[in-house]
Formats: sequence, structure tokens, C-alpha cells
Amino acid sequence: MKRQVARQFRRALGTPRPVPAAALPLHASRCYSTHPPNAKLNLPIEYGSTPLLAHSADVVQKNIEIPIEVRNGATKKLNLFQAVNDALGTALAEDESVVVFGEDVAFGGVFRCTMKLAETHGSERVFNTPLSEQGILGFGIGLAAEGMRPVAEIQFADYVYPAFDQIVNEAAKMRYRDGSNGRGAGGLTVRMPCGGVGHGALYHSQSPESLFTHVPGVRVIMPRSPIQAKGLLLSAIRSNDPCIFMEPKILYRAAVEQVPVASYELPLSKAEVLKEGSNVTVVSYGQPLYYCVEAIRQLEAQRPDVSIELIDLRTVHPFDRETVFSSVKKTGRVMIVHEAYTTASVASEVAAAIQENPDTFNRLEAPVRRVAGWDIHNSLAFERFHLPDITRMYDNIKRLLDY
Amino acid sequence: MKSRMLQRVQLRASTATVARSRVAALGSVRAASSVSQRPNSEFVQFPGALKSAFTHSLNFENPESYKALPTYRVVDQHGVVVDSSFEPDISEQQVVKLYKDMLFISIMDLIMFDAQRQGRLSFYMVSAGEEAVSVGTSSVLDPEDVVFCQYREQGLFKERGFTTKEFMSQLFSNRNDPGKGRNMPIHYGSKKLNVHTISSPLATQLPQASGAGYALKLQKLQNPESKARVCAVFFGEGAASEGDFHAAMNIAATRSCPVIFICRNNGYAISTPTLEQYRGDGIASRGIGYGIDTIRVDGNDIWAVREATKKARELALQDGGKPVLIEAMTYRVSHHSTSDDSFAYRARVEVEDWKRRDNPLTRLRKWMETKGYWDEAKEKEARDALRKEVLREFSAAEREKKPAIKTMFEDVYDELTPGLKAQMQELRELIDNYPDEYDVGEFEGGKETLKS
Repeated sequence: MKRQVARQFRRALGTPRPVPAAALPLHASRCYSTHPPNAKLNLPIEYGSTPLLAHSADVVQKNIEIPIEVRNGATKKLNLFQAVNDALGTALAEDESVVVFGEDVAFGGVFRCTMKLAETHGSERVFNTPLSEQGILGFGIGLAAEGMRPVAEIQFADYVYPAFDQIVNEAAKMRYRDGSNGRGAGGLTVRMPCGGVGHGALYHSQSPESLFTHVPGVRVIMPRSPIQAKGLLLSAIRSNDPCIFMEPKILYRAAVEQVPVASYELPLSKAEVLKEGSNVTVVSYGQPLYYCVEAIRQLEAQRPDVSIELIDLRTVHPFDRETVFSSVKKTGRVMIVHEAYTTASVASEVAAAIQENPDTFNRLEAPVRRVAGWDIHNSLAFERFHLPDITRMYDNIKRLLDY
Repeated sequence: MKSRMLQRVQLRASTATVARSRVAALGSVRAASSVSQRPNSEFVQFPGALKSAFTHSLNFENPESYKALPTYRVVDQHGVVVDSSFEPDISEQQVVKLYKDMLFISIMDLIMFDAQRQGRLSFYMVSAGEEAVSVGTSSVLDPEDVVFCQYREQGLFKERGFTTKEFMSQLFSNRNDPGKGRNMPIHYGSKKLNVHTISSPLATQLPQASGAGYALKLQKLQNPESKARVCAVFFGEGAASEGDFHAAMNIAATRSCPVIFICRNNGYAISTPTLEQYRGDGIASRGIGYGIDTIRVDGNDIWAVREATKKARELALQDGGKPVLIEAMTYRVSHHSTSDDSFAYRARVEVEDWKRRDNPLTRLRKWMETKGYWDEAKEKEARDALRKEVLREFSAAEREKKPAIKTMFEDVYDELTPGLKAQMQELRELIDNYPDEYDVGEFEGGKETLKS
């Protein structure tokens, strides 16, 4: 069943092309990717022109986080799954202790992230496992405990729960309990596709990151773009902490940009200020950032006196408090956005940290707003009302400004 | 009829082309699904079961129609050798060492159990009745073989060379405990002895052992000069009901991992008897289902345990590696732990019977006596010496300082995160402000270590 759905996803994940209405006998509301004809805010994301992606090599050259010789070197147009594939290929090539495995990874993976890796690096290092998430994670922890750098794949983040015990009780605590013996599961990286995709319903849409942000000992990372996917995944694989790497599957094919060909890392637990501003701080990560950019653009167009700062957390646990705090000290107003449910979420933690810090608390001019999925399950027909969209972000920024 | 035949030919031709192109595209990747049903074959060639013969009789396999798997033994309850092919492969001195290792564990168990009852340590678990499984397996594994334990394998640590001081440092969580006082008592671990630190969640170590075994296999492939090693993993029959058992056996078999799974089937998981744990023929019968070489041995017979483990290790390294399952039948003579009174769910007389009639220590002792290796005087001398040693290290460990308070924040991440540094500072300020509320004196370095 899982596989069948995955196959449908692969087809559906292609960049949506406008289809002439006449060619389509179906009622418009039956089509998952359409938007209402009168909408001005909730328009489809133009991934081909969004400022969040490096559409040319000279944008890459301005990225000071990437070593100068790498960013001035060759770049290649990659989408997010190709960037993941590139990072895995790089990791496998440069370190023979790297091993890649999971359900259906040998033929290339249901999202194509492991294409050609088995052929290039051998079926001993890139292989299928039986269909058992607790087995995959336990196996990965055992490999890591013996000094390897396993990269395990969970086919959908929605299916990580059988492995929860292995992640929380074992991977996260292994170094702590081993003490001065010095062993641990730090070599482990767990990749999992996450997030809404338009029609994933209950079990192909979830964003369970906050379940892992409550776990000391793991790092939880979510990239928003191919450049990030490559740099952050390489950092995660080389990191000595167990890393949970969540890939927004809606971006696998949609997000395309110029990615440096050479190997590079991006820092973990370090946020990135995407746009500077002085009136409101918007904090987000992963796919909603594209909506944030649109909401901000619309609002700034209407209110030229207002400028909004946008921050990408990148690592949601442990998150970069300093960058968030210094932004809030400047703006005094905050909105935190993500797809996951609102209650006890990453937004809750960021909001609490802002409230707790005297410097940011004193500076707040409006209550912190959490814009996230409602506390309901992701149901098939209602996704457009459930996940935060441009209109909700626009409305919430307005409320912050008008408070 | 004719047209049907024609269609068939066409179909076969087209499948063949698909199969060829797929094989070419996959290169070295194994494609198990490229099997097809031959005409008039007596076997079903479904991809899921390759050599299953057709049958025309409707017959469900009934577990009871199979005899229980036999239990291998070398020496019987009276210390008499029953396997005529058996020749001890170790010297008198080495046998005596193994006996003393078992004796050490049983003596330490009694002392520590009482110490817990006096409130001098928080918790303890004895391994009475199961000493032969841990000491016996350990004695035939290579010291460099990697081991994962459940918690009732003190004998393995002892046999591998864990010192009395190391046992006591862990039990009293003092500053010499490599676990830095973070784990409950009996959660031992040793990098030097290649034994991973024990964790309480049951069976989690099983798929980890499969992964570790696979790591050992890869490391041998990548460096052919290195030593071939196996991974051994211990678990009780109760833990085998966990999903992780299933995951571990299956993945070890499909990835051909050199792992020896050693099940201590002692009849009880806390209060739950095996009748409420499973309805099949123990754990051993499951191994076959996973395609794993399996043996059931008498866990009270150290010689049977040794012979089986020796052979299992050979098998595990054969043909590039594969898993092996050993089910060692024993009886949990002791309470489950110091937090358990087992007479609440089983008869005292049953336990006394096992203690008296069939006990791994007395069985080996009887065998040693027939060989002239052991007698009452040696027994008394050994018991006294071991008891003195345990008590000496006991009181030394009890007097040692606890680890520095700072260590409670360390090793969560590779480095202290800014968030953890802030929390450490907060604790420090709290202790500064309420000095009478916290006893920091017994921790090495007192509160000073909380300065980041």
C-alpha cells in the first residue's frame, strides 16, 4: 500500500503545469492543485522565480557560508531530491564508513533520492532492508556504535513511530550512558520525507519534528532548498550527534536551483536571516518559507512603511536562540510558522523561549503568534484549510502590526 | 485453443525481454523478482516461496505434530559425560578459572542483594542459575568479538576480565564508573572488553547487534587483513516477544550478518511464565522461520553451552557471514530483581528443587570432582577468597566520591550546547542561593564543576 501511494506521489510531485480548462472535463474543485480564480494572496508558488532559490551561479557566489573556492567553482542545476542524492553520493565516495539503507533504496528510492548509489558504491553499502522501521533504526544504531556512519531512510516521516523507542531511548542516550567508554550513535543520520503534498492525507503528510525536539541528544534538521539539502545533509552525516533529517517532499521536484558541485557543509543549529526588516520577525523552516516570502511581499507592497524580517531556523532542535532573540530585540513582534500541529510544537518552544528571555520579553509589542497546522489530523479533502497558507500568514502579520 | 496457445507464446516472449532489460539496468543489484513459473513444474515458483511443492491434500501444519526441538547436553545433572565425542578443549587450570568466575558471580550476587536490602545501593539483579550461559559463551568468544547484553550476563563481564573494582564502581555509581553514575546498577559497559553499555529497554539491543554484526562484516571486507569478528547478543525469552526481536532476526538473516543470538530461556519474565509468553516451541523454533541456523542447549551445562557457541561462531563466519540462534534452557532461581518477590507467583519448593537438583555450578563441580580437579577444601578456600575480595572492593567503592555534577550535562551532545550551558549556570546559581538544600559534598569537585 505504502509503495503504491509513493508511486502516485512521484507522478504528482512534478511541477504542476497549467492545464487548459477545456481539456479537463472534471469539476474544478476535484483537482487538487488548482486555486480559486479570484484569489490574490493564495496563488501557487512560482518556484522558478522565488528569491529563496539560487537561479543563477552568481547568487551562489554571494553565499558566504559556503567556502569561497566551492561557491566560485562549478554549479549544477539540481532539484531537492537530486541534491540529496548528490550529498549521499559525495558522502559515500569520501568516507567508506558511510552506509545507506532503508525500504526500497536500492533501486533508487520511491522519491529517487538514492538513484544510482547502489550501482556506484556497491550493494554492500547501499541496500534494501526488510519492511520494519524499528529494525532499520536499531540496525543503524548498531552500525554507528561500531564506528560506521549509517544514513537510514524512513520512507515517510508518518512511519517513523515504530522506531520511536530506538530513536528516543537508544540513539539519543547511547553516548550519555556509555560515558567515558566513549561510544555512541553519533554517526547515525535518519532521513525522512515529511510535510503536506496536497493529497497525502493522514499518513503521507505529517511533520513530526516536535516529537523529536523533546528529545535531548538528537539534532532535528529541515532544509528548504537544494543548496541547503546538500550542505545540511553532509553536515548531518559528518556530525557526531544523531541527526534527524526531514525532507519536505513537496520540494523534491519543485525546488530547483544552482548547487555547487564540490562538497561543502552548512552549519547545524544555526539559523539564517533570509531578509532583514525592522517591524516584524517571521520565523519558519522548510516549505512554508516560500509562503512567508509571498505574504511578506504582499504586505510590504501595501504598507511601504513596514519591513519584515524572515528567519529560516534550518535546525529546529537545538535551535539557534541567539539569531531569533537578536531579531526580536530589533522588531518587537514575532510570528512563527510551520506545518506541524500548533500545540506543543516548535513554535511553542520558540515562543516560550522569547517570552522567557528578559531582553526579548521587555521588547515585545504584541503577543507572539503561532501560525501552524490546526490541532487536527491531516485529512485528504481539507488540506488547503489545514496547513498555513499565504492568506493566514498575511492576516497574522497584519494582526501583529495592528495590535 | 489454438489462439490461446499463440497468446501464451507472445506473453512469454515479452516477459523475457522485460526481465533482460531490467537485469541490465540494475547491474549488480539482485533482483529476486525475476523468477517465473516454468510450465509443468512440480514446484511453485512464486517469488515469495521458491521451492514449495504443489500438494493436492488440504492440510494445515499443526505445531503439535512436530516434536519439540531437542536440547543438546554434554554433561548430565550428575556431572557424567553423555556426549561420547566430547573432549574438554581446555586445561584443568582454565576449567577451574571458569568455575571460579561462576562462583564469583554467585557470591557477589548474594552480597549485593543483601546490600540492596540494607539500602546501601538502589537496585540489584542476580543471575543465579544462569551463570553457565554467560560464562560459558564468553569463554569461547574471541575477546574482540562485540557483545550486547540484556542485564543478566554479569558472568560474561567477569569472564572477559571486568574487575571487582569495576563492578563495584558501577554498582555504587562512583567517580570511577565509566557510565559516570548515569545508569542504574548492573547496567555495565566496557569499551576495553568490547561490551556495549546495557540499557533497560528490552530487546532494543537485538537489531543493534544485527547492525553491529554488519559493521564488523563490512570492516573485514574493507580491510581483509583485519581479524574476522562476530557480534554476540543476549536476551531473555520474554524480550523475544518484543517487535525488535522479529526485526533483528529478519534483518540479520536478509543481510547475512555474523551475529550469534543467545536466548536465556529461564521460564519467567518477571512473573509471567512462558505459557503466557508464547505458544510455539520456545524461541528456537522461530529461528528456523527466519532462515537461521538454530540450536537449543542445556543452559545449566557449561560444556554444552561452550560447544554450541564455539560451533555457532564458526557458522556465523561461514560463507561471508550469517546469523545463528542459541536457545539456552535454564531456570531463574532468583527473584527477578531486588524490587520483586517471586514467591508471590511461584512456589518456593519449585525454586528450591532447581537450586538443589540442577544448578550449573554444582554440575560443573561434580564433573571437576570426578576429574580430581576440585574438592571441598578448594571450594571453601575459593569461596572465602572471593568473598573477601568482593567485600574489600565493596567498601572501597562505597567510600569513593560520586562523579562531578557537571558530568550530568555532558555527553548529551558531542559538545555542550548554549542551551545546556545556560541550564548548568542556572543550577549553579540555585545551589549558590540555597546552600543548605543540596548536598554537593559527596560529588567530586563539589559545585565548582558547574562553572562552564
